[in-house]
Amino acid sequence: MRYALGKLVQLVVVLVIVTFLTFMLINLLPGGPEAAILGFGADDESIAQLQEDLSLNDPIPIRYARWLGDAVTGDLGQSYVNGSTVSELLGARLPVTLALMTYAMFLALLVAVPFGIATAWKADTRFDKITGTVSFALLSVPNFIMATLLVYLFAINQDWFPATVKEGDENLYTLFLPALSLALGQIAVFLRLLRTDMIATLQEDYIGVAKAKGMTNRRILFRHAFRPSSFSLLTVAGITIGNLIGGTVIIEQIFGINGIGKLIVFSIFQRDYLVVQGVVVVIAAGFVIINFAVDLLYALLDPRIRHARAIA
Amino acid sequence: MPAPSPDPVDAPSLSERPGADLLTEAGGEIEFDAVTADVTADESRHQLEERKLGIGFWVATAWLVVLVLLAFLAPWLPFVQDPNEIDALALRQPVAWQDGGSWNGSASDTLHLLGGDDLGRDIFSRVIWGARVSLFVGVAAVALGFLIGGTIGLTAGYFRGQYEKIVMAAMDIMLAFPALILALAIVVFLSEPGSQEATLRTITLTLTILSIPALARITRASTLTFSQREFVQAARTLGARNGRILVREILPNVIPPMVSFSLIAVAIVIVAEGALSFLGLSVSAPTATWGNMINEGRTALEFAPHIALVPCAVMFLTLLSLNYVGDQLRRRFDVKEVRL
Repeated sequence: MRYALGKLVQLVVVLVIVTFLTFMLINLLPGGPEAAILGFGADDESIAQLQEDLSLNDPIPIRYARWLGDAVTGDLGQSYVNGSTVSELLGARLPVTLALMTYAMFLALLVAVPFGIATAWKADTRFDKITGTVSFALLSVPNFIMATLLVYLFAINQDWFPATVKEGDENLYTLFLPALSLALGQIAVFLRLLRTDMIATLQEDYIGVAKAKGMTNRRILFRHAFRPSSFSLLTVAGITIGNLIGGTVIIEQIFGINGIGKLIVFSIFQRDYLVVQGVVVVIAAGFVIINFAVDLLYALLDPRIRHARAIA
Repeated sequence: MPAPSPDPVDAPSLSERPGADLLTEAGGEIEFDAVTADVTADESRHQLEERKLGIGFWVATAWLVVLVLLAFLAPWLPFVQDPNEIDALALRQPVAWQDGGSWNGSASDTLHLLGGDDLGRDIFSRVIWGARVSLFVGVAAVALGFLIGGTIGLTAGYFRGQYEKIVMAAMDIMLAFPALILALAIVVFLSEPGSQEATLRTITLTLTILSIPALARITRASTLTFSQREFVQAARTLGARNGRILVREILPNVIPPMVSFSLIAVAIVIVAEGALSFLGLSVSAPTATWGNMINEGRTALEFAPHIALVPCAVMFLTLLSLNYVGDQLRRRFDVKEVRL
C-alpha cells in the first residue's frame, strides 16, 4: 500500500509538470498565443476578442489552473480552424488509435513470447542464432520503411491486404498491415529481453529442483521460469507504448487511418495549435498513467518489490 | 548504494526501471536497452572467446566509411549530380541492372545507376545528398547531446546529492513524453512563425534536446561506477580537486563506452530525422532527405517501386551498420561494468 501511495504522489507530480509544460508550449510560441492561434497580422479587434475568449490577460498560474480544471472535466478547448471541440475530435479518433496500438502489442507479444522462451531453452543452437540475427536486423528497420515494404509486398505485389484503411472500415483484417508494421520492431525488442532473462532464470537452483522432480519441460518453462523472467518484458512493454504512440503517428499517415496521429500532424500543418496542445496533453498524460499502472502491476507480479518498500 | 544495481529487490521506480533508459523514438523501435540486453547473457560465453572483430564488423565499417566519404565529398565528385537536376528522359527509369535501366546512359545522356524518380531526378545523387542531411543531423545532434547530456550525467554521477536528484528528475520528465510527440511539439515550437518548413538547424536542435535525457542517464550510470573506484579515491587522497578528478580520472574511463554507444545513438537520431522528414516536418521539400524520398516514392510504389525502395535499402543498411558496429565495439570495451 505504501508503495502504491508513493507511486501515486510521484504520478501526480509528474502529471502536473507534464501538463504545465504542454500548456506553456502554446504560450511560449513566438508571438504568444495570439499569433499562434490567429497568425501574424491579425487585426486588433480579433486579438482583443481572442484575449477575452481565452482570458489571456490573466496571470499564467491562474490560466493554467483554469485550463487544467477544464481539461480534467473534458473541455480541452476548441479548434480555431474548423470550430469543433478538441474533445469531439479526440473522441472520434482515439478509439481507432487505441485499437491499432493494442493490436500491434498483441501481435508483438504473440510472436515474441514463444520465440523468446524457445530461444532461451535452445540457447546457442542454430535456431537461436538465426532468430538472434533476424531480430537484430529487425531492430534496424524504422517503421516507415517497414510499412512501405509491407505495402509493397502484400498490398501491391500480392493483393492480400488493403493499402489504405477507409474510415468506418477498421477491422482486424484491414488493420493487419498497419499493426504488423508497428509490431515487427517490438518483436525484436521483446524477444531479446525475454531470452536474456529466461536464460538467467533457467540457471536458478529451483529450476534444477523442478527438473529433478521430473516435471515436464513445458511446465517448468511456463509455470516456473516464465513469470520471474517476464518483469523486464513488462516494464519495457510499458515504455513501448510511447514507441507505439510515436509509431502510430507515422503509420496512420501511411495507411490513411483516421486516428489521433493523423489528427496531430494535420493540425500542425494547419497551425491549429489548440488541437495540437490538446492531443499532446492527452497522449502525454495517458503515457504517464500507463507507466504508473505498469509499475503497480510490476509490484503485483513480484512481491519482493512491495515488501522491500514496506520494510524500508 | 554506490552504483545502480540490477537487483530486482530495488524497487524499480519510473526512473530506475531498465526500460526508462531508452531513447525511444518513433521511426524505428531500436532501443538502447534491447541492444544491451544480450550482453549479459553472452558474457560468460564471450569472455572465453578471443575478442576479435569479425568480417561483418569490417563490412559494416566499410559501408559507413564509403557513405561518409561520398556524402562529404558530394559537391566535388564528378559522378554525383545535382540532386535537383531534372532529366526528363530518366523519368521513373529503373535501376541500371533491371529491364529499362541502362549502364551507359543510353536511355538518357547521363548514367542513372539507381534510376530516376518521379520527376526524373537522379536517385543515386539524391541518396548521397540525403545522406549528407541524415549523417550531419545524426552526428551533430549526438555530439551536442553528449556535450550537454554528458556534462549533466558526469556531474550528477560525481557530485550526487540534491543536484543529482533535481537534474535527473528533470531528465525523467522529458522521458515522460513519448519521443516523437515531444519531437513534434519542439519542432512546432522552434519553427519560424509563418513558415512550416523547419531548417537543418531546427531539426538538429530538436533532436539534440530529445537525446539529452537518455545520454545524460547513460553517462551518469557509468560515472557512478567509476567514481567509487580506487584510483579516484587515490587521486582524492593526493589532494586532487574535483575538476581534475572529473576530467583526468573519470572522463577518460567514461569515454570509450560512450563512443561505442554514440554510434547506436546516431542510428536512433537518423531514424527520428527520417520519421520527421517522412511526415514533411524536417528540412523542407526540394532538399533530398531519405525520409522525404521514401515518402515521395510511395505514390509510385506500384509502377516504379525502386523510387521508394532504394532509399529504404540505403537507410536500412546504414542503420544496420551503425547498430552492428556500435554493438561490436561495446562488447569489445566490455561494458558490463556500465550496467544501466
